[in-house]
Amino acid sequence: MSSIAGQKSGLVWAVHLSAAVLVILWLFPTAGLFVSSFRTADQIATSGWWKALFPSQQNLTLRTAAPETQVQADGLFVIEGSLFEEGSSSVITVWGTNAKEIDAYQPGETAELRRGGRLTVEADGSYRLEGEEEFTGRRGPRVFVTAEVPPEFTLANYEKVLISGGATDNMAKAFFNTLTVTIPATIIPILVAAFAAYALAWMEFPGRALLIAAIVGLLVVPLQLALIPLLKFHNEIGIGKGYIGVWMAHTGFGLPLAVYLLRNYMVGIPRDIIENARVDGATDFQIFTRIILPLSFPALASFAIFQFLWTWNDLLVAMVFLIDATGETTVMTKQIVEMLGTRGGNWEILATSAFVSIAVPLIVFFAMQKYLVRGLLAGSVK
Amino acid sequence: MHPALQGLMTIAFGVGGCVGYFYFSNLFLDKVLFPARGEHIARNIRRANMVRPWLFLAPALIALGLYLAYPVFETLRLSLTQRVPGGGYEFVGLDNYAQMTAEGKFWEALKNNFLWLLFVPAASTAFGLLAAQLTDRISWGNIAKSLIFMPMAISFVGAAVIWKLVYDARPPGTEQIGVLNALYIFFGGDDPQAWLTLPFWNNFFLMIVLVWIQTGFAMVILSAALRGIPEETVEAAIVDGAGPFQIFFKIKVPQIMGTIVVVWTTITIVVLKVFDIVFAMTNGQWETQVLANYMFDKLFRANDWGVGSASAMVIMLLVTPILVWNVYNARREMR
Repeated sequence: MSSIAGQKSGLVWAVHLSAAVLVILWLFPTAGLFVSSFRTADQIATSGWWKALFPSQQNLTLRTAAPETQVQADGLFVIEGSLFEEGSSSVITVWGTNAKEIDAYQPGETAELRRGGRLTVEADGSYRLEGEEEFTGRRGPRVFVTAEVPPEFTLANYEKVLISGGATDNMAKAFFNTLTVTIPATIIPILVAAFAAYALAWMEFPGRALLIAAIVGLLVVPLQLALIPLLKFHNEIGIGKGYIGVWMAHTGFGLPLAVYLLRNYMVGIPRDIIENARVDGATDFQIFTRIILPLSFPALASFAIFQFLWTWNDLLVAMVFLIDATGETTVMTKQIVEMLGTRGGNWEILATSAFVSIAVPLIVFFAMQKYLVRGLLAGSVK
Repeated sequence: MHPALQGLMTIAFGVGGCVGYFYFSNLFLDKVLFPARGEHIARNIRRANMVRPWLFLAPALIALGLYLAYPVFETLRLSLTQRVPGGGYEFVGLDNYAQMTAEGKFWEALKNNFLWLLFVPAASTAFGLLAAQLTDRISWGNIAKSLIFMPMAISFVGAAVIWKLVYDARPPGTEQIGVLNALYIFFGGDDPQAWLTLPFWNNFFLMIVLVWIQTGFAMVILSAALRGIPEETVEAAIVDGAGPFQIFFKIKVPQIMGTIVVVWTTITIVVLKVFDIVFAMTNGQWETQVLANYMFDKLFRANDWGVGSASAMVIMLLVTPILVWNVYNARREMR
């Protein structure tokens, strides 16, 4: 297009720039969650996540090691160590021993402590505290430092959410529950819909057009209507709340789109292929399993992705048909909503849990985007 | 039993059951019921072929009927009845509807739903069109597309957490960790605002979440439509001296109007069913109630199935015009 005529380079730049702004705008919120999930609770609470990517000037109150670690050398009592944790690359710019004068000393200088003893702090945080008399007390003296702290990230949140966290923090069980809901709820409707779609596309019978129209109509029926009647039905036939109920519900709600997508795709398969097979004596069942199914793979894949995303991300159906009073079968979305209510301030847990729950759909999304787009273009009705 | 193991077993049972049903019912039809041999061979084959479509359709039709068609009528019936203490139901006519329309919360939900209906489809389609037009003309367009499309894969609950962090407010004087408040303070705002508790405007802060999710969908569909526009029409316009904006609004947009309508209605349906975002972010407090959440409140908190069903019927009523229009279009296309 740009080669046609009359395209000014200014306009081209404007297009690049606006596209970049749009992309950044769309990415920014998710990036915030992602970055926050690698920060400690303190870091999240004290500075915006966008500052986490750059070194920051921080005022810290630290302590030397406790007096019980002191050693005797050359007649002096000495405590040595580093103010920072091992592996930290923070750099101290100024420091002090008094809360009122936190910038009294440069790195490398020595301060006389009021309680006796001399303290030397280097830029890298290593210190030497020495005195003629034995240090007493339970804790070491405080040191106020102003330091240039490099970006620091931790995997501790993930460790907590996936492995060591308590009942409300641990997502491992909910993760498996979600998986247990999702996989059968994705595979079963595909099978059921594929046979129905074949019948609607390639078999002649009275009432076919009417059925297709009915399925198009059912595509938009809000599932909200189904909640109470089906809950009653499930209770009556004795399955109550549980996996079977939620699988059946997801199958039912996913079927209109599945049948619609697959039928539209199957209709497009060349008639010659099917008629040749018929002439060669293939039965409908053989035609379906040997020819139609393999050829329909792209449509099957796109529906599978839709259904997977929809069941994995679902909250309402799981709350109504699956999760009972014991909460043993809770899914990730439900657990996150509960965390939002009870632990709204614990951003490190919330962000990490949310990211654990959206990581799988994101992987599926990026791996199979081609099929997702194809499916959207084929059946943009739901 | 470990849930993972249980899941695997169910997959085996469910899938095996489905395959088994189709295989054996087909076998039964051909070998036992109407065997293709003996004196009535022609008649048997014809009959088998008449029955087979229904064999293939049966599971889907039963599931669709039971899980989508029957509930529409059952909900209608429930909305006209009331539970009698001690069990059973009695017919109460339109009492539930009268009770519902007497509630302020219902009108608030209806009003907000109309706000959502006005804003979300319009904003998503507009942003989608903009994104499609921009990304189609640049070399890194495909990467840009998939990044804008990405929120589509994120659950409404995940999106709620993401945007709650954006809207987070800290006490005045402390460092703001929510982007919106940080910007607000940076540009000279006085005190940080708790955005989700500001009546009326908070609706828009919730809507932005859905716009953020749906824009990618609109972009993908509209981008395909834009690429389908015949090149000659654009070239002719350039020859006639049309500027880029004229080409876009007077040549391209009219040609993809049909697709725009499809995108618009699809997002409209999503909006009518929107539940998770409001449920997770405000739960209808601070005047942000919407119909789907109102219904959930009635059904599972107040345990009032009559009024709950009545509000579900209101959602159904709002969807019906789109339903009729879709069926009409589908029938026209098939001819």
